[in-house]
Amino acid sequence: METALKIADLHKSFQTGFIPKKKKILKGITLEVGKGEIFGYLGPNGAGKTTTLKCILGLIHPDKGEIEVWDHPYFSLKAKEKTGYLPENPYFYDYLTASEFLDFYSQLCPNLKPHNFKKINTLLKIVGLEEASHLQLRKFSRGMLQRVGLAQAILNDPSLVLLDEPLGGLDPIGRKEIRDIILRFKEEGKTVFLCSHIIQDIEMICDKVAILGNGQIINQGKLQDLISEKIQFTEVALSGVSPKELEELGEIYSIHRGRIFLKVFEEEKKRKIIQLVQSRKGTLHSLTPRTETLEDLFVGMVKQT
Amino acid sequence: MKIKAIAFNTFKEAIRDRILYLLLFFAAVCIVFSRILALLTVGNKVKIIKDVGLASLSFFGVLMAILMGTGLVYKEIDKKTICTLLSKPVRRYQFILGKFFGLILTLFIMLSLMSLVFLGVVFFHTFSIPWEIMISVAFIFLEMCLITSVAILFSCFSTPILSSIFSLSFYLIGHFSWSLETILKKMKPGVGKTLVQILYTFLPDLENFNFKTEVVHHLSIPPQSYFYSTAYGIFYTGFVLLIAILIFKKRDFV
Ligand SMILES: Nc1ncnc2c1ncn2[C@@H]1O[C@H](COP(=O)(O)OP(=O)(O)OP(=O)(O)O)[C@@H](O)[C@H]1O
Ligand SMILES: [Mg+2]
Repeated sequence: METALKIADLHKSFQTGFIPKKKKILKGITLEVGKGEIFGYLGPNGAGKTTTLKCILGLIHPDKGEIEVWDHPYFSLKAKEKTGYLPENPYFYDYLTASEFLDFYSQLCPNLKPHNFKKINTLLKIVGLEEASHLQLRKFSRGMLQRVGLAQAILNDPSLVLLDEPLGGLDPIGRKEIRDIILRFKEEGKTVFLCSHIIQDIEMICDKVAILGNGQIINQGKLQDLISEKIQFTEVALSGVSPKELEELGEIYSIHRGRIFLKVFEEEKKRKIIQLVQSRKGTLHSLTPRTETLEDLFVGMVKQT
Repeated sequence: MKIKAIAFNTFKEAIRDRILYLLLFFAAVCIVFSRILALLTVGNKVKIIKDVGLASLSFFGVLMAILMGTGLVYKEIDKKTICTLLSKPVRRYQFILGKFFGLILTLFIMLSLMSLVFLGVVFFHTFSIPWEIMISVAFIFLEMCLITSVAILFSCFSTPILSSIFSLSFYLIGHFSWSLETILKKMKPGVGKTLVQILYTFLPDLENFNFKTEVVHHLSIPPQSYFYSTAYGIFYTGFVLLIAILIFKKRDFV
């Protein structure tokens, strides 16, 4: 399989403070992203996700380590021609309109014709901004800027797209739309490298994930390999039974408006609860089996480090 | 091509800056004021208009170069627009050169506007246009180019206020460094003299671009001094830009 992105033993530290002191941010990152994958790069705030991305783009000089984009060294123009980048909290020249801005950037890409407004309009349509093409970027909302950012990231039809928190600051509908756009990238054969700390998003669209904590990769692999499908416990919601009687059978974690919520770990106890509810003429509201989620894995791992 | 695109975008951004028009307004006021000043004095009135006019052109031109040059590169780093720009297939030197030429274009237009006012005022007084004065203006422009490159150099690693102070110091040192030459002539040979000699070689000498007196008083200028000043301006500017690029290359954009 072709590799889109290869990072080997990447180190980076920053000088901080009045008396310069080295602060290690990345302590040997190694990962590989295969062609056509949506790769989730997961980590808590301040883990170094953005720092890794900026190293790939050559905006930051790594202390040590190798980075290759489609087998080209990361700083070469060849590598840059094949990558697109959406920064976190995108901000662009606020005096340009959306289409002027995209036209300016097309002039920076040697494989694009300048002033190709037909292409620019198609791009704006893909990200859902066709109405706003002649609006100055200063008048754009946070979500709209995110979309322009996405449009400029795929301007020169890159085969590797690096996205830093692409769903940050978006409403639920916006998130769904952007998720769909990212999935469409995959259908077009693009490889996507996606940084986020929002686990649900990653879970929904990524094929592979790497979890970053404390400057190192704690775990990586295919999503289904990392989380087991095994049922861990059952969440039960009921009412009409006194909590005292349930103490033996499961772990009560919430009582709200007369409803009792508890975790039940054994099949036998679950049956006993159902019988108890029937005999007390209570109500059983729900029985939900829970499997391990990426969130559990993530929280567990980050706590360990 | 890429440099051109960056230059035009810089130009678009620069001409939106209100400071530029404020300075333009003050320059015009000073030039018009020179005519009033001339009315009040006895002696050669045209000379006073030309003197004050050229001085205003040079002063406000350099001020524009410093304020624009220190602001625009810094803003791009501060607002992080540079991150997406450099993620495109663009080399860092292309960014610096694009910024430089964009600023030069802006300053050229501003200087032309100021010269227009200036020539207008002179025309009202003499009913003829003194074209020879444009020689002096051309060298003011060369000086502005050099100052712009210096402003860009400083803004590669420091804030606009500090960069402005540094650039202004460069300008002032540049206009007084010729006095070192006088000191040199009076010094006895020795270590001291060598040190001053080295200092004098590396310090900018912006008086090289000053043809105001010669032009106003119709003194003859040896042709080789045009050549020397032009070469000096171009090489010094190129040298400063080169250092700016080397520093810029080393930077992390976090
Ligand atoms: N210029 C800098 N100087 C010193 N420390 C820095 C600098 N830039 C970033 N850091 C530190 O590097 C660490 C990683 O930052 P980074 O932006 O990569 O985190 P992140 O994983 O992207 O977090 P988030 O999810 O909040 O975006 C942080 O602890 C931050 O404080
Ligand atoms: Mg980040």
